[in-house]
Amino acid sequence: MIKSSRKKLVLVGNGMAGVRAIEHLLKLAPDTYEITIFGAEPHPNYNRIMLSSVLAGGTDLSEIVINDYEWYKNHNITLYTGHKIESIDTENKVVRSDLGVEAAYDELILATGSDPFMLPLPGADKEGVIAFRDIKDCQIMMETAKSYKKAVVIGGGLLGLEAARGLLHLGMDVSVVHISEYIMERQLDREASVMLQKELEAQGMKFLLTKQSEAILGKKRVKSLLFADGSTAEADLIVMAVGIRPNTALAKKSGITVNRGIVVNDYMETNIPGVYAIGECAEHRGIAYGLVAPLYEQGAVLAKKLAGVETQGYEGSVTSTKLKVSGVDVFSGGQYEEPAGSRALRYQDEIGGVYKKLVIREDKLIGAVLFGDTADGAQLFSLIKSGESIQGKERALLLGLLDDAVKSSPTARLEAMADDEIICGCNGVSKGAIAEAITSGGCTSVGQIKACTKASASCGGCKPLVEGLLELYAGDAAVKVKEGICGCTTLSRDEIVAEIKRMELKSVKEVMNVLEWNNEEGCSKCRPSLNYYLGMLWPEEYVDEKESRITNERFHANIQKDGTYSVVPRIYGGVTSPAELKKIAEVAEKFDVPLVKFTGGQRLDLLGIKKEDLPKIWEELDMPSGHAYGKTLRTVKTCVGSTFCRFGTQDSIAMGIRLEKEFERLNTPAKVKLAVSGCPRNCAEATIKDFGVVAIDGGWELHVGGNGGVHVRATDLLCVVKTEDEVVEWASAFLQYYRENAGWNERTSTWVERVGLDSIKKALEEREERLALQERIQTALSVTTDPWKEIVSNKKLRKNFEPISRTETVYQEG
Amino acid sequence: MTKMHVGNVSEIDLKGSRTLKVRDLEIALFRLSNGEVLAVENKCPHKGGTLSEGIVCGDKVHCPLHDWRIDLHTGKVQEPDTGCVPTFEVEVDPATGAIYLTV
Repeated sequence: MIKSSRKKLVLVGNGMAGVRAIEHLLKLAPDTYEITIFGAEPHPNYNRIMLSSVLAGGTDLSEIVINDYEWYKNHNITLYTGHKIESIDTENKVVRSDLGVEAAYDELILATGSDPFMLPLPGADKEGVIAFRDIKDCQIMMETAKSYKKAVVIGGGLLGLEAARGLLHLGMDVSVVHISEYIMERQLDREASVMLQKELEAQGMKFLLTKQSEAILGKKRVKSLLFADGSTAEADLIVMAVGIRPNTALAKKSGITVNRGIVVNDYMETNIPGVYAIGECAEHRGIAYGLVAPLYEQGAVLAKKLAGVETQGYEGSVTSTKLKVSGVDVFSGGQYEEPAGSRALRYQDEIGGVYKKLVIREDKLIGAVLFGDTADGAQLFSLIKSGESIQGKERALLLGLLDDAVKSSPTARLEAMADDEIICGCNGVSKGAIAEAITSGGCTSVGQIKACTKASASCGGCKPLVEGLLELYAGDAAVKVKEGICGCTTLSRDEIVAEIKRMELKSVKEVMNVLEWNNEEGCSKCRPSLNYYLGMLWPEEYVDEKESRITNERFHANIQKDGTYSVVPRIYGGVTSPAELKKIAEVAEKFDVPLVKFTGGQRLDLLGIKKEDLPKIWEELDMPSGHAYGKTLRTVKTCVGSTFCRFGTQDSIAMGIRLEKEFERLNTPAKVKLAVSGCPRNCAEATIKDFGVVAIDGGWELHVGGNGGVHVRATDLLCVVKTEDEVVEWASAFLQYYRENAGWNERTSTWVERVGLDSIKKALEEREERLALQERIQTALSVTTDPWKEIVSNKKLRKNFEPISRTETVYQEG
Repeated sequence: MTKMHVGNVSEIDLKGSRTLKVRDLEIALFRLSNGEVLAVENKCPHKGGTLSEGIVCGDKVHCPLHDWRIDLHTGKVQEPDTGCVPTFEVEVDPATGAIYLTV
């Protein structure tokens, strides 16, 4: 097809709604249109919903881009960022931007979104008064938080609370000003609102309710906010989050009918032929939506219309809201305010912090509010949308005791969900779309579903649901196809280890050959696993394959996001000396290290180091590697203990140093962290470590399987012993038993849960067994060397840290 | 187009990689287990990860940052991810092991 024969489609507004419609259209009719997009912001299409997560620190700005510039290029879309369309000539079908670019169209989509509504207060133009709408606002907040303290958010709705939560995270003192008596009153009823407020107050948020803002005071920059009742609130930053207004100015001056938003029919058509509007700027049957799911539904209808595909049109959306990023689960959907002729069922548990309300009319569920436990939100929402009778089920629905089929498993719950139910709110992916990707698209992993539909590609909150759907639709296939440790084999960890032992396989290549791997050289999962298993099984004869180790372990440093590395030397038990500190400081100065930071494990981290400088720095430091990068013993955290502490019952420092010296350099399935506390106050937090030791008067408690990271878990008590030697004996036995039985990359917390504490206790109960395990761990330790020292003195290893510098030109053209 | 002599195969470990700067371009030279030497730009199309530091499996490398897989012959990112890395022509003198790179 020749490009010029295609119809011209112009999109005004490079945001989530418009680009989503284009994505959909490209799937339905890839070669029909020549597409041009204008966006006022200087960015490609990004996920505005995720700005809250950016502020709250979970996400980086670069991660919220939905379609990068590459995507536009790959689809031959002409993109003008930083261009505002100033006029539409509907007669000649041409749009014109403020920078003088003209584009002709056959079909025109307006997706101009909304503008934040700025209260017209005196002083609103002062420095430090912003909205919370786009990347720029986010950047201003982050910048402001560095040098100012007091923030006031005007507006206690969803947006205001998310902004406030973000500012709290940035370390500011935050007050939320709200005109009514209850926060989020448009989504919640009073009870839920009060519970939410209490929860947020506990997080440090302050509230100024029933306050009407009167004026913003200050010279050049805002200093305070004056209220109608004469009181004031100090503020270095004021964020207005009182609402949004459809951005209709362009449509208005182009002769397109505008009410609150740009008026459209069920096919998203405005009153001018060939001109459509979708998203927050559009008004459909009297409603302008400000949530993402309806906008995606509109985009899908418009895409079908433009592709010439049959569509029933858009019939409006029942909306539901979730409050994100505040760490509080709030859900509200449908009509929760008990309209005439309805009745409400309530359940409130003040102690557990749970509140539920169902609004019922003529035996149908028309609205719901959930606080503190929102697990049933999706299911209730689909009942609201389907309008089916819930007669006789009211009580069960309220108490979460769903009928047998549904309560039996989360899978049944997913099964009961309607096909048009949105699973991924960030990217507007429905259950139906995911099901299709699995059943006809052949997706067999969450990763593939993500690549195919974008579900779980943004905040990841819906990943459990996506996994559930995968199980539901690919379950049988998954059962038939045995899952191996990775895609290269169908064998499990235990089968592989058993075969290596039985046939005495001695190298990674041999294992792959004999066990018929389907990838000749494996992948980044199985290669490091096999390398670990071989080293564990044949400690004295197996030569470690460094090319099968993960990056961090090959370079003996932690790779950072910009490709630089960090160096953490060993500081046994967290105890250092002035001489050692001086040495570290001198090295950091000499090599111009950009960041020196204390780690969580009582050591010093030198960050931002170029790969080629690593060996030089190790040489100068002349300290053992802290192994902060490896699946090995990291750190042994200690409290002060009886050396200085008036509560210390034992010498926790000496115990910690002894354990660290005993086990440093040990290869383990996953990272291993230890801690020793000198008394039951447990200042070293030993009960969230893989192996934690807590001193009691006259003995030591030994705890195992704790984790303070992704999979937070408190330890289980393994046993209580009397002497330091016994502590070392039990630690040796436990760690070796873990080394011999856990899967590669499986932390003790998940391993202990998988095999059960009792099986471990049983394996270690006989002293004879413990001593045998201790002997084996000592053998494994006896062949380890300090990696930094080894690299520093070995030219062959050292070269891999340096770029190739000897180059000569042979010939040059042009 | 510049053809350069950039050292010898003995300077790159099997299943290993070395980097080199050509003007403002960083290139990663890989030596596969079959002895073949291949060159790509040392920059994952995803988040700019240094490919030279990834695990080499056959003629693919896994980016160390987020485990994207890249075919070193074609530069193509493997499913389910998408994208492409620029590749560069490499010749190895079988007699001396000298590596010639054309940029």
